[in-house]
Amino acid sequence: MTKFRALKLSGLEPLIITPESNFVNVGERTNMSGSKKFLRLIKEDNYEEALSIARNQVDEGAQIIDINMDDGLVDGKEAMVKFLNLIVAEPDIARVPIMIDSSKWEIIEAGLRVVQGKCVVNSISLKEGEEEFIKHAKKVKRYGAAVIIMAFDELGQADSYDRRIEIAERSYNILTQKVGFPPEDIIFDLNIFPVATGMDEHRRNAIDFIEATRWVKSNLPHCSISGGVSNVSFSFRGNIPVREAMHSVFLYHAIKAGMNIGIVNPAMLEVYDNIPKDLLEHVEDVILDRRDDATDRLLIFAETVTGTIKENKIDLSWREKTLQERITHALVRGIDAFIIEDVESARLIAARPIEVIEIYLMTGMNVVGDLFGSGKMFLPQVVKSARVMKKAVAYLLPFIEAAKDGSTGKGAKGKILMATVKGDVHDIGKNIVGVVLGCNNYEIIDLGVMVAPEKIIEIAKVENVDAIGLSGLITPSLDEMVFLAKEMQRQDFSVPLLIGGATTSKAHTAVKIDPHYNNAVIHVNDASRAVNVVNDLLKKETSKQYFKDIKLDYEVFRTNFLKRSKVKDFLPLELARENKFKINWGNTEIIKPNKLGVQVLEDLDLEKLVPFIDWTPFFRSWDLHGKYPAILSDEVVGEQASILFEDAQQLLKKILKDKLLQAKAVFGLFPANSVEVDDIEIHYSEGNKEKQTVFRTLRQQLKKYEGKPNFALADFIAPKETGIQDYMGCFCVSTGFGTQELATKFEADLDDYNSIMIKALSDRLAEAFAEYLHKKVRIEDWGYASNEELTNEDLIKESYKGIRPAPGYPACPDHLEKITIWEVLKVEENIGVKLTDSLAMWPAASVSGYYLGNPEAKYFGLGKIKLDQVQDFAKRKAISVEKAEKWLNPSISDQ
Amino acid sequence: MSKLEETLSKKILILDGAMGTMLQEYKFSEEDFRGSRFADWPRSLKGNNDLLSLTQPHAIEEIHRKYFLAGADIVETNTFSGTTIAMADYGMEELVYELNYESARIAKKVAVELTLEDPSKPRFVAGAIGPTNKTASMSPDVNDPGYRAISFEQLLVAYKLQARALIDGGVDVLLIETVFDTLNAKAALFAIDELKEELNSEIPVMISGTITDASGRTLSGQTAEAFLISISHMNLLSVGFNCALGANQLTPHLEELARKSDFGISAYPNAGLPNTFGEYDETPEIMAEQIREYLEKGLVNILGGCCGTTPAHIKAIADIAKEYKPRSLKKILNPEIL
Repeated sequence: MTKFRALKLSGLEPLIITPESNFVNVGERTNMSGSKKFLRLIKEDNYEEALSIARNQVDEGAQIIDINMDDGLVDGKEAMVKFLNLIVAEPDIARVPIMIDSSKWEIIEAGLRVVQGKCVVNSISLKEGEEEFIKHAKKVKRYGAAVIIMAFDELGQADSYDRRIEIAERSYNILTQKVGFPPEDIIFDLNIFPVATGMDEHRRNAIDFIEATRWVKSNLPHCSISGGVSNVSFSFRGNIPVREAMHSVFLYHAIKAGMNIGIVNPAMLEVYDNIPKDLLEHVEDVILDRRDDATDRLLIFAETVTGTIKENKIDLSWREKTLQERITHALVRGIDAFIIEDVESARLIAARPIEVIEIYLMTGMNVVGDLFGSGKMFLPQVVKSARVMKKAVAYLLPFIEAAKDGSTGKGAKGKILMATVKGDVHDIGKNIVGVVLGCNNYEIIDLGVMVAPEKIIEIAKVENVDAIGLSGLITPSLDEMVFLAKEMQRQDFSVPLLIGGATTSKAHTAVKIDPHYNNAVIHVNDASRAVNVVNDLLKKETSKQYFKDIKLDYEVFRTNFLKRSKVKDFLPLELARENKFKINWGNTEIIKPNKLGVQVLEDLDLEKLVPFIDWTPFFRSWDLHGKYPAILSDEVVGEQASILFEDAQQLLKKILKDKLLQAKAVFGLFPANSVEVDDIEIHYSEGNKEKQTVFRTLRQQLKKYEGKPNFALADFIAPKETGIQDYMGCFCVSTGFGTQELATKFEADLDDYNSIMIKALSDRLAEAFAEYLHKKVRIEDWGYASNEELTNEDLIKESYKGIRPAPGYPACPDHLEKITIWEVLKVEENIGVKLTDSLAMWPAASVSGYYLGNPEAKYFGLGKIKLDQVQDFAKRKAISVEKAEKWLNPSISDQ
Repeated sequence: MSKLEETLSKKILILDGAMGTMLQEYKFSEEDFRGSRFADWPRSLKGNNDLLSLTQPHAIEEIHRKYFLAGADIVETNTFSGTTIAMADYGMEELVYELNYESARIAKKVAVELTLEDPSKPRFVAGAIGPTNKTASMSPDVNDPGYRAISFEQLLVAYKLQARALIDGGVDVLLIETVFDTLNAKAALFAIDELKEELNSEIPVMISGTITDASGRTLSGQTAEAFLISISHMNLLSVGFNCALGANQLTPHLEELARKSDFGISAYPNAGLPNTFGEYDETPEIMAEQIREYLEKGLVNILGGCCGTTPAHIKAIADIAKEYKPRSLKKILNPEIL
């Protein structure tokens, strides 16, 4: 017996299929002939959403993704190439191998020419004769792909056992003997056809497939067997429980016979052992063709089977278990209802109160840590566990102090100082990391937000901490971190520095921070990694090696990063300006706003904002990745996402009912023109005085491909010299009034979960407010889109006309312009939102920006700029070059 | 079985070191690069190292000879950028056939001469096929991830021309090297496979990828094993890695290949990682000591050096390799017959 040769495929990562492998699941939703939604998206040229379908499939466990662009109205070749080119740019999709699916050879070949990994061609067959078959097989081999062979020949599609094995054997012999095709790269699709159609000739469709599979596997060495499973239940469309059972039964037998790859919708599959016995028997009769009346019997039985809703009742059986098991259960599940009761029982047994923590609670928390570390628990659950833990510890503290046997921090694995740096107010991520580390038995000293560097240094010394974690969300915070690293070096610190927050990156950490500090500097951007990193850093046995590895890793990363960035070409500012985005001002329609000037909205009804909430980022802030609402039914995180969502709804309801937050906004629309190419001059009135001011915009300087402009926001406003009067607006909204008070209250109740939740919700409401206000402005106050009809989904996708870019974000990363917005709108006087030293907004749940209404206006990323623009910017703004450099620093190219 | 394949089954073959590092010592000026033939060429030619095969052939010959005398069994032709795609920077697309043909001829001349002097040590020439300066599966424009600066079709045409010229010039083996985008390498493999069929040639092919950083992946994002799987559809003389990393950093990736491939395994790392001035400064002794680990573990069949390595490095590597047996080659010794 020759050794089995594995079918090896690759995307960015390998996929090796051996007889020991589990059934390989091929994602089928990126198939135009099978998915109406995908077809529609491609027809509408909405590749971005089409990509998210591909991504979801991979996230949900597809090990290969099938891509099919066969449709009469679409240029399949062009669509295939375009979609594949986009897919390979997405590492989270491209990690799996691709199945290039088409009935047209030219589409298959075009696909093979753009994918680096080893693909599967789906499919070729003897349909057009041997010559054509050999020609294509040879090409497939030369492109380095595996191939699906359809059981199809010159006479037609195989529909019986004999025809299936006849065609398979003939194809196999031609491939291995005449083409030299590796047999392990051959996958047969032996045609899965529907059963229970009522026609006698269809009765053996499933069993013939299964038996033919068995024959092929034992007679044609090394090959694989595949097929589209949902076909088999076609005649029961509409009856989901029966279809699910049919799929499971079919697969159960086909896999036993040797089928190892298949196109299956995992959501349409019942666990074989969970199929009710009577249904199983009826389905098996049909699939295996065991009775003459099998179809009739299943049809009758199917009438009684309809979707059942699983009952939702509270299971308290865990209360019967041992004390330790109950405490562990409460911690793992985050249930605080009984924890005081259980801890009290433990205290009565324990020799000293401290032992309740050291033994009972830590045993439970270790289980939590292990589950989280291995990806079996998710962040919101861990935060809930921490809530239970804190309540238990708080209950025990008076007893421990009374017993006077030492502090609770004694057993901690280390002390970690955490702070959001000076000028920055964002702390959701930092709090989450703090909580997670806290439940892993580290003592956390949280200095809060806007912490001055002197204070961080001082407390770190006084408390003799083992590590320092810095967080920040806005770009000026990056410089604060660099400053702190230098300061730590100067004062001879030897503790590791952890860097996190939305604008931070491994690149920034490696290039800008790491070189300034001789000890470890590590970028940690998700809470689940934080625990491992800190463990490795602080554990005696691993710390030395880990430190060395990290230093080297960052050094290599830095070297490569600097090498790589060298290849970029930049244009001098003058040339970039010449290549600006040119709008034909002669025939663009400019609409005068219905209401010019500044308006204030006080205390808007929060209810109005709810439909505008984009929930996807909310889940992301809890480390749950996926798009809302699909994330709620996600195979891996769906359950947790649903629970989190439910909790969020509860709190949101309370906020709305008790009016716990206040929504305020100020905005204005003004006559405007672009001047000196990159600036925008606006006219506004203050009291009776007519005033004017200028917004400075920054221009892309990276050299573009022919025909692509170098954008600046000023390009979207009519230049003064055209003589055309144009308009723009600016705004600031906030839903953050009340957030901090609520968060503090929750913290006082030892409820980090809701403290984080309220901040996350406030942020979402602020974004929703910005969206709401933008719509109101488009329709009423400016009125250029008075008959706009967009769904919330369209809003999230930003498919409306006009943009609302925010200073500090990619189109205009310069925060300084916020000061101008504050002057024009009198933001602080009108609604109370302040700017910090780093120009972050306080309260944090605030959004500010510009309104640009031209239909051609679009979002772009500034990218890096050169010193000539910085100097020019400083001159235009009448500030020193040093000051301009300081504020624009994250955008300035290193070259 | 060719002479080369036969030799490979018996001993560890030594490849040469860096061409660029050696050329730097000559300090050629713009005029030297141009020679008389290209004195009036409209573009600057300094830095076009491949052109030196036409304008300074003696220097190229001398470097090949130094590497052979240091102990190399195989030298690479001076054709790293010898495609119409890379030569477009200099407007020299028309010269590509001649550049490759001449480079092959020069290297082969030295190889034949030294083999005649000592027939017990046959010398070989590998036709170097570089990655070009464009990538087929990545966009150079961050704002337009679907954009490609080069297509498979264009690469195919360019590689076919280069491979044809190298074969005509007499190379013993083709070496697709410094693969940072596997799709480029697949286009080269496709071109060579077509060419072999058309010429009825059995010329062996070596391939050498590049792991760009500590992530352990190629620039186009593949892991070592995914890279191996993606290029294993041709019968290769060897697969391996070169450039970007020093010998130490390359070890785990070579182990991966050695475990998972039936082809010969090659390694020609840089002389360490670049220092703060972008120079490679690992000494021959240090590099050879690191390479001893490959030999102790039985990982390799072919060894050499990339950026920053010199004849002294190659001598140190060749000396150490003599003490060891090559990794055993199942596939070449017992070719599986289907």
